[in-house]
This record gives sequence, C-alpha cells and structure tokens, in this order.
Amino acid sequence: MENLRYELSTTTPAGGTRAVALVGVVASGNLEVLLERGEAPDRCVIDIATPAHGFADLWQAVTADFAARSAAGGLRITVNDGGARPDTVALRLAQGVRLMEKPE
Amino acid sequence: MRDWNMKGRDRQARLEAGRRLASGKVVAAQDLVAFLEAVLRPGDRVCLEGDNQKQADVLAKALAKVDPAKVHDLHMVQSGVVLPEHLDIFETGIARRLDFSYSGPQSARIARMMFGGRIELGAVHTYLELFARYFIDLTPQVALIAAVSADRAGNLYTGPNTEDTPTVVEATSFGKGLVIAQVGEIVDQVPRVDIPADQVHFVVNAQRPFYVEPLFTRDPAAITETQILTAMLAIKGLYAPYGVRRLNHGIGFNTAAIELLLPTYGERLGLKGKVCTHWALNPHPTLIPAIESGWVEQIHCFGSEVGMEDYMRARPDIFFTGPDGSLRSNRAFCQTAGLYACDMFIGSTLQIDLAGNSSTITGSRVAGFGGAPNMGSDARGRRHPSAPWLRAGQEADPTGAPALRRGRKLVIQIGETFGDGNAPMFVERLSALDLADKLDLDLAPVMVYGDDVTHIVTEEGVANLLLCRDKDEREQAIRGVAGYTEVGRARDRKMVERLRERKVIQRPEDLGIDPLDADRSLLVARSIKDLMIASGGLYRPPSRFRNW
Amino acid sequence: MTSPTPLPRSWYEESARGRLAHLLDAGSFTEFLGPERRELSPHLALFNLPRQFDDGIIVGAGALAGKPVLVAAQEGRFMGGAIGEVHGAKLTGLLHAARQLKRDVVILFDTGGVRLQEANAGELAISEIIRATLDARAEGVRMVGLLGGRAGCYGGGSLIAGCCSALVISEQGRLSVSGPEVIETNKGVEEFDSRDRALVWRTMGGKHRYLIGGVDLFVGDDVAAFRAGAVAALERPALLDPAALASEQGRLERRLARFGDATDGTEVWARLGLPHPAALPDLDTSAFLTLANTQRESADAAR
Repeated sequence: MENLRYELSTTTPAGGTRAVALVGVVASGNLEVLLERGEAPDRCVIDIATPAHGFADLWQAVTADFAARSAAGGLRITVNDGGARPDTVALRLAQGVRLMEKPE
Repeated sequence: MRDWNMKGRDRQARLEAGRRLASGKVVAAQDLVAFLEAVLRPGDRVCLEGDNQKQADVLAKALAKVDPAKVHDLHMVQSGVVLPEHLDIFETGIARRLDFSYSGPQSARIARMMFGGRIELGAVHTYLELFARYFIDLTPQVALIAAVSADRAGNLYTGPNTEDTPTVVEATSFGKGLVIAQVGEIVDQVPRVDIPADQVHFVVNAQRPFYVEPLFTRDPAAITETQILTAMLAIKGLYAPYGVRRLNHGIGFNTAAIELLLPTYGERLGLKGKVCTHWALNPHPTLIPAIESGWVEQIHCFGSEVGMEDYMRARPDIFFTGPDGSLRSNRAFCQTAGLYACDMFIGSTLQIDLAGNSSTITGSRVAGFGGAPNMGSDARGRRHPSAPWLRAGQEADPTGAPALRRGRKLVIQIGETFGDGNAPMFVERLSALDLADKLDLDLAPVMVYGDDVTHIVTEEGVANLLLCRDKDEREQAIRGVAGYTEVGRARDRKMVERLRERKVIQRPEDLGIDPLDADRSLLVARSIKDLMIASGGLYRPPSRFRNW
Repeated sequence: MTSPTPLPRSWYEESARGRLAHLLDAGSFTEFLGPERRELSPHLALFNLPRQFDDGIIVGAGALAGKPVLVAAQEGRFMGGAIGEVHGAKLTGLLHAARQLKRDVVILFDTGGVRLQEANAGELAISEIIRATLDARAEGVRMVGLLGGRAGCYGGGSLIAGCCSALVISEQGRLSVSGPEVIETNKGVEEFDSRDRALVWRTMGGKHRYLIGGVDLFVGDDVAAFRAGAVAALERPALLDPAALASEQGRLERRLARFGDATDGTEVWARLGLPHPAALPDLDTSAFLTLANTQRESADAAR
C-alpha cells in the first residue's frame, strides 16, 4: 500500500454542520472518502491509502484542484482507494463536500 | 455496330448457368457451392450482404468453400467485414480487392491481412458513401443477400432487419447484375413484399434465420456514475439550451445513460416534448422507458435489434412498420435522414486530438467507419432552417449576415477522460496516423473531423468549440475538459479560466449540477430486466443479456 | 436541487448504508463502531489490499415500524461482502447484545462467505456467529435475514442465514452454500456453467428458493418492499425447540425424496405442478406470488 498525505490551502470553508460523512465503497475502480472536521478553516488535509503505487503526481493534481474548486476548508479527509480513476476520485471528493453541507 | 447490351447478355449467361443447378429460382442448399462456382467469374465485383447487424451468413460460408481455381480475384464491395469467412476468402485467393465500411470484430485480422498484402484495399467508406458508389463506380455484378422468407416467385420479405438489402438490390439488379438471396424459409405468401420478385434471380432456402448481432443493446447495469454525470452535463448543457428535437445517438454507454435519464432528470428539467422527439436511431432497448413515458414521437431505424421486434410491432405510432405490422428498417434512408434531417449527432469515441479530430482506431486495428461520420458531419447541402441549427451557426459566426449564414449541425463527442483500461481519450497524436503510416494509406482513418465537431462533453465539463475564435482557443477548450489525462494536465490554466468565463467551457458547478445526483438511482432502468418490465414484457432480450 | 426520483429504490443497487437508511424508521439508526472509529482489518495490508473503515459491515440499533431492533448490513461490493476477523467480530458482538437485551435482529446479507485472506479468523468468526445466533434464538430473539444484494449469500453466510428464524428474499437474491464458480471449479462446466446467469438464478435465485420452501417471504427488488417484508417476518413464530427441528428434518427428507433427482430448477417447478415453468423467471412479483403461493413447498420456522 502507498500512503500519501496532502496539506492544502483552501479558499472556501466547508458548509453545513454534519460532523462526519462517508461516500463510496472500496471496490475495484472505486474508493471510499471519509470527511471529518477539525482543521483550520483555510486548510484541508487529505490522507490517501492506495494499492496502486506510483500515481502520486495524479493524486497531487486531483487534490490540488479539489482544494481550489471546492468548499473544503477545515476538512480532514481520509481516502481508502480501490484503484479508482482520477475522474472517479474527483467525483467522490465533490460528493463528500456536498454531503457535509446536507443536514443529517 | 456497337453492342449496347453487353451487361444484359452477361447476366443472361449467368442466369442460364445458374438455372442448370436450380429448380426455377430455388437453389437447394447442398448445391450452393457448385451453384456459386457456376454463376461467379474471376474478377467479379461481388456484394456479400452484411453490416454491423445482419449477415448473409449461409452465402458467406458457401462462398468460402468455392474452388479458388474456378473463382478467384473477386472484388468484394460490402458494408461489413464481420464474419471470419469474409476474410477467409482473401486467405485462399477467392477474393483479392476490398472496398468496405465496417469491420468491428475483424478489425485486428483485417489490419494484419492488409499489412501482409493478402488484401488489396480500395477504400474504407462510410455506409452512405459505399452505397453511393454502388450506383457510380462499384456496381456489383453479383449480390449475395439475406431475407427472412421468399415466396415461390422470389418476392422477398426482409422483415425488421431490412437494412441494406433494398439498396444493394437496386444497384445490382438495375445495374444488370445477378441477385441471389438466402432465406430462412420458402412460403406460399410472404408477409409483405420488401423486394419484388423481378429483382431477385435466385433463392436459397437456408432453413434457418440469417445471423443478427445485437450490437445496440447496452445493459444499464454497466452504466457508471461518471457516465451519469457526463449524461447530465449533455442534457442540461446541450439538449436543453439548443432545444434539440431531431437527433441521432451513437451506441456507447454515455448515450445509453442519456436515454435512461430523460424520464428522470430530463423530466425534472421540464424538457419533455421540447427535446428528443424525433430520431434517426436503431431500436435501442434503453430508449424504451422514454418512449413509454411519452417523450418520443417518431423513430426511423437503420436496422432492427434482437428482441425488440414485438415491442415495435406494438408501437406503430412510433416506428415505421409495414402492413404486416413489423418494422421496416432501411440503412440508406436512415443514414440520409441522420445526415440531413437531424440537428444533432452525439456519440462516443476512443481518441480525440488537440484539433478535435476523433478516431476509434487504437493499436493495429482497422475498424472502419460504419455510419458515424454520416451522422457526425455537417451537411453542407442542407437548406432548411431549424432553431438548433441556426443557433449553432450564429455561435460560429456571430457577425455574419443572418440571411446568408449557414446553420451548423451539432456534432458532439462524449466520453470519459479515461476509457477502458485507463486509456486516455485525449491524445496529442491519433493512433490512426501511425496506422496510416504502417499501411501506407493516403488518408488516416478519422471518424469525425475536427472541423465538424461542435462540442466535446466529458465528466469535467462541456466545451463549445463553436465559440472558439482561433486554433489556440480551440486547443485550450479541448484541454480544458480533458481531465487528468496528459493533455488535460498540460492546459494553460489562465486561458482555460477565461474560456470558462465566456462559457466556452462549462463545468458541472457552472450548470448547477449536483455531484450527488450522479448516482445510479437516477437511471430510469438499472437492468435489462427493468427494460423488459418497462416494455410490458414485449421486449425479449437475447439470452446472453438475461440473468433471470 | 434534490433528486425526487419516481422510481422504486432498488435493494440490489443500493449500498449497505443506503439500504439501512431507508429500511429503518427515519432517523432511528445509531451505528456502533462507525467508520470514524477506523476498526480496520489487521490482515489486508499484508496482501497490499485496500481496507474499508467499517470492514464491510455496518452494525447498530434502530427501529422498524416503531419496534426497536438491532441491525447488521453487509456491503457486497467490498471484497464481495466477505467475512473477515473484524467483520465477524462486529456481527458476533451484535448477537451477544441481542441475547442480553432480548432484542430482535435484522441482518442484511450480502456476502460470498469467508474472506480468503483471513481464512482462519473468518472460519472461526462463522462458528462464533452461529453459536451466538443459537444462544440468542434460545432466548426467544427473532432473527430475520434479508437476501437481495449484489454478492448473494454464499458459503458461511448461507449457514448463518440458515440459522435465522425467517428469511425474506427478492428475485435478485441468491442463497446457496457453494457459489456458481465453486461448483464449476469442482464439478466441471458440464455440471454447472457459472457464466450461464439464467441457470444460476433458477438454481439458487430468489424465486427458486421461495418455491422450494427455503425462504419465508418473497418481495420485489425495492427497499420499501424489503421493509414491509422485514416487518412481517418479525411477526412470525420464532420458537426453536426439538419439535420444530424434527418437523424441519421431516420436511427436508420429503423435499429430497420429491426433487432429489431433478436436474434443473424448471423440473422442480414442473413437479410442484406449476404451469409453464419455463416462463416463471419472466413473471413480475405479483404474478409470480399469485402462482407460487398456490403450489410452493412451505418453509419451516426452524430451518
């Protein structure tokens, strides 16, 4: 397994009040994303565990875009990856942020 | 004195040779090989009917068994190179030259044989283009066709899968060629006359139906959330603003997802009756729920689809059906309809380059074109206006004089940035160019040329190429929806943001699309069984698609 | 914008979390050892395999039609719902709680059986779960199994299901000790072609299991239908005594005598006296139930 960590500056703090959200499942080409609060409102920390080695540059690109485009400030995000494509990763991250905004 | 009827006399000689092995027009199946040896001559131009769906399979098998010492160097002019026998005849020397348009399952072997010199290639065509040449410089001397049934006089019933048959017969029979049909049975009276007996010279009773490939069946169970997101982008970002009512869909999962979102997402957007009412389309099972919920007014079909026969028979307002009640498809007419009377083509592709050229060639495969380039091109001969066509023309040329400004057909390429096996859809250089080099082709096999493409839709967004004012803008618009492919990551971020401000690029958030909606629960049917239930049990999927 | 879909919510399609959310009374669910607790498999990393925060099973408490229940839901997409050490321990713990609280249990099965990478721990877990099940049932606890997920219910999972007081299945549900691939591998493709999906369904699918009395209730592939089924199943008798076991043994002996030499599901259905057995798979839920309820073998609460 490869473990990656990205500590990113964000532009917009996360919305909603939900403490935790989980989207996706760990399956081939899929991933689960656990979102929790607890970081400073201008940063977002993303931890990734992936069985696919050597894709750090792609994770870097996807997470950087996510932090720039989404309301992710203050979030601590943990990813269990099942070998998902970058488009699936981006979709799950976007879904997670939306879910945090929704009432429980 | 010049003999003005050499072709007619040639056919007469073949007729006489054939009659010696026939009883009236009927050739017995066991005499078929000897019969073909009697009527075919070396170097003949032969159309062996077959496309991406129906196949004259019994005639193909028999042709592969003729003695190459008697019949050789044939010039095959046919839509589809699909069955193994279609290429076996080049291995044995029965055939030498080939003009075709589609070779799906044989795409790797045909490339090897072209490279090895076993096949002398004329050209790879679109369907409509090859049909056109049947009437100009590739008129068959012999056509080997397929029908459901014949009567004793030779009237043919081609049934729902009529497809290419009328076109092939028209060119061959009136061009003084010989028409030989395989039929599933010989009956006292055919259900309807698709081909009149006087255009048919011989009939072979194959005693079983011709082969049909269920090429247009997409199992909703395989549709992904990314495809659903991409489909939402297409519906909200293109179908809605342009108000596209007349259209053609390709066969991929992306367009299947669109079909399955019309009754849910489309309904929510209030688009029913405003888009997707008139189609040039094969009977896609995934369109059943939209038809059932009243979205669709009319569909004309290139061919049929296995299992859809009874459903179409029960929906005569929607489909073109004959006096017998069954579908009448016609590939040439439907291709023409798709080219001239549709305002949109949307289909998937495997590779798009920085100029927007797209190709389905990857590796050493010559897959041919089929009909997609006919749908996926702007009809320069079109003269009738429609709102989507005029709007697209105005976007492309905002300062032109309205009364002199051509409209534009919406030609949309849709897909995920990474396809099967994580292959990127966006590339710096099409694999088709390497193939053209390797096989020494004059033209690289480009499916849709960049100057015909108006929009590209991926999960990252919609790129409107009509609004691009120069080559650089176009390239950055394409890079701007290319996701995390190498091409996408090499974008000029500032320029892409400017294009986004001008709505040349629109992202899901720009269109108010919630990523949480990208869920399979948004599909109106999630399985083949759901489609069967939606049809009221009238759709009978082939066994390979059943899991109940 | 929300997404009010007019469609039934497919049980087969939903995730384990999605099924639970709509099975139970709204807002009633409390998860034990939720994903934020990160009770991960200690074994999978050794195989360079990704782990899931809940190890593929959600356990907790909730209410069904106002009645308090304990629930467990397997996620069939994570490693085929396979039972590993943590997964098994969560279910065992839930069943111990059920016995102590005398509270009924609903299990949403979706599993291929024991997780190969944790085979010893997984096999032990199955034993512990069955022991805990029988202990709880001896105290009168009802245990209802819901079968309609992507992975089916196979191997050790099917043994646990067999110990439930009532089972609810949909057409998509599959219940069998050996899965299609296992049968093919051991007996050859001539015996069982695991890629023939229609054969798989008429051998171990929901309709067949309902017809031969292997399950108690048959419902459509719809979360609301499973909810109604679970509520009804919780009303059924759950007595586990020697008389119930003897009657179950007698029933199984009769089934073997009646159908033991049948070579296909359709042959079994014909012997049950069902008209047009080959057309049974095509019938929708209500047409199937109308027909099946006149001719099916009855199930027995002991199982």
